[in-house]
Amino acid sequence: MSRIIDLGKYIEIGINALEENFSFLWRAIDDGISWTVDNLSELLLSIPFVVFLLIVVLLAYYAKAGKMMFKKEGLKKGGGLVAFVVIGLFLIYAMGYWEDAMCTTTLVLVAAFIALVLGIPIGILAAKNRTADIIIRPILDFMQTMPAFVYLIPAIFFFSVGDTPGVVATVIFSLPPAVRLTSLGIRSVPNDVVEAGRAFGATEKQILYKIELPLAMPTILTGVNQVILLALSMVVIASMVGARGLGSVVYQGIQQNDIAKGFESGLGIVILAIILDRITQSFANKKG
Amino acid sequence: MTTMKSDEDKVVKLRVEDLTLIFGKRKKEALEMLEKGASKAEILQKTKCTVGISKANFEVYEGEVFVVMGLSGSGKSTLIRCLNRLNEPTAGKVFFKDEDITRKGNRELLNIRRFEMSMVFQTFGLLPHKTILENAAFGLELRGEPKEEREKKALAALETVGLKGYEEHYPSAMSGGMQQRVGLARALANDTEVLLMDEAFSALDPLIKSDMQDELLQIQEKVQKTIVFITHDLDEAIKLGDRIMIMKDGIIEQIGSAEEILTHPASEYVEAFVEKVDRKTIITAESLMFPKPSLLRVKKDGPMRAIRKMQTEGVKFLPVVEDERRTFLGYVWLNDVLELAEKKEMSLEKALKTEVPSVYSDYTVEEMLPLISGNNYPLAVVDKQGGRLLGLVTQTSLIIEATRYGDEEVKQLIKKANKTNRL
Repeated sequence: MSRIIDLGKYIEIGINALEENFSFLWRAIDDGISWTVDNLSELLLSIPFVVFLLIVVLLAYYAKAGKMMFKKEGLKKGGGLVAFVVIGLFLIYAMGYWEDAMCTTTLVLVAAFIALVLGIPIGILAAKNRTADIIIRPILDFMQTMPAFVYLIPAIFFFSVGDTPGVVATVIFSLPPAVRLTSLGIRSVPNDVVEAGRAFGATEKQILYKIELPLAMPTILTGVNQVILLALSMVVIASMVGARGLGSVVYQGIQQNDIAKGFESGLGIVILAIILDRITQSFANKKG
Repeated sequence: MTTMKSDEDKVVKLRVEDLTLIFGKRKKEALEMLEKGASKAEILQKTKCTVGISKANFEVYEGEVFVVMGLSGSGKSTLIRCLNRLNEPTAGKVFFKDEDITRKGNRELLNIRRFEMSMVFQTFGLLPHKTILENAAFGLELRGEPKEEREKKALAALETVGLKGYEEHYPSAMSGGMQQRVGLARALANDTEVLLMDEAFSALDPLIKSDMQDELLQIQEKVQKTIVFITHDLDEAIKLGDRIMIMKDGIIEQIGSAEEILTHPASEYVEAFVEKVDRKTIITAESLMFPKPSLLRVKKDGPMRAIRKMQTEGVKFLPVVEDERRTFLGYVWLNDVLELAEKKEMSLEKALKTEVPSVYSDYTVEEMLPLISGNNYPLAVVDKQGGRLLGLVTQTSLIIEATRYGDEEVKQLIKKANKTNRL
């Protein structure tokens, strides 16, 4: 069939132009992300395994038990997750994937952080401004339905191979829930509370910071949880453009048809996912 | 109508002039139509705009509880929101202390909301993530007052509404009535001159509602704020309101005291509205009494004069007052006076029956009813200060008020009663 419109061609031209004209920007982003990823993973790896394990255990326990930390009920609530953290992290360590796991954690944290820094303000804007909402909504739909692999192509184009294109693709993929859930959270703040604030002379800024954001916090934290999980689900795909970590081990496993390697590293990702999910979810629930 | 007389020496705190609020896109057109006297329905049909409030004019005096009453859709909540401009009026002026609020800039408006008017909401509007103390201090926090100071004020306000000891609780752990106390405390903590209360008690259970009303009245006695209170409940309006304004479809139907509205409803709508009210608790001696009754002065008027007066009036008894101050002393009966005359007594004093009840002009029918049982003379209405006789309330008119016949019947019965009384 002959083609009438060559849309892809125009996109390519556009991306080429972006690459050429804003190369300084791409380089700056690349430098920034590489520097952060390198340093953060180095920092994480410099912590002895046992200490790291202890930190995560405490964090998990606090997330679950909260104020009941020093009571029996706290143990009931947080005991399960603590046991899982100990066994899971030890398993990763024992299988010899600790370094990869830390690398993956770094990539996820950096990507999720960027996604949240971008996504939450955009979500606030979408909640407050109808026009912005009308524009943002279809873009989010586009971002979420476009197969994640597609993001890899421009990512390589702008940043060549390495951690950076992986992080960038991950950010794009995991951004939508941050925007959507922030917007939803702010929209569902009861109108009467906002009106009360207004009646007592709150400025728009005070309404946002003292009323809307605190009340939307549980929903926003659910967004944080979703962003982290989506970021983690991207690690294997991101490894195709050279991102390091457990994802790349899985990728190697696929390429080398190595069942043992694939299973072990895959299990490592699952363990990280469960730990991150449970901890962030508990924080979200506690705020609610 | 005594309230009208004393209006002149009252300070006007809020004055609303030709206030109009129109919802919709073609406000200008709708406003022009309204100016030309078009009806709400016509405006809606032509411009698809809804007239929320149509040319409202009223004044709220300092220290009074001004109740705005109407059914849902009458524009009362829209109206109260125009006073602090949560709703932007389409036309008209709102004067607060002689300054037009509708012309204020953003900053000034914020300051009015922060320092001059506070508001209590039907749905409370409390912040679930803040403690009771923090909620009560929220208005002060928005003003930027330091933590220590605002908490001190909030504590005092919480004490006023009877919530001492609950400071560290969260709103979700409290009942509706208690939550609304927090809402009230938040408004009181700001210590503004004007308090806007939008259906503040409408969401509460009847018993708690009644408690809250009593408490508001008690607090009001202490703080003497200017309160604009919105309600759809006439009983509540009557209980709380110094004056009541009745609204229908965005138009003011009547403004007046509860008694004025009940005794002289300005329109059929108001009449239909007040029909269900328990008049016994509202109608007072003042509106029932026959003012300036014929009377006898205890020293100056002797038995002979009394007999003559009773004969010309056609009555069997007359009230007796002290000569100069007109202090009510009691009644004399024709039979007794005739006896005195036979004995050639010069003074009425020996025939005077002093053990008769008297009432003040603000006594309600309900309070007066028990006083008439077993007696066959009217109740004397006396001045609170000097005991001066102001008028008489006949038993018949009391009973008619209590049993509540239709208007026409009442008039006829009163006529009849007056005839028989004079026999």
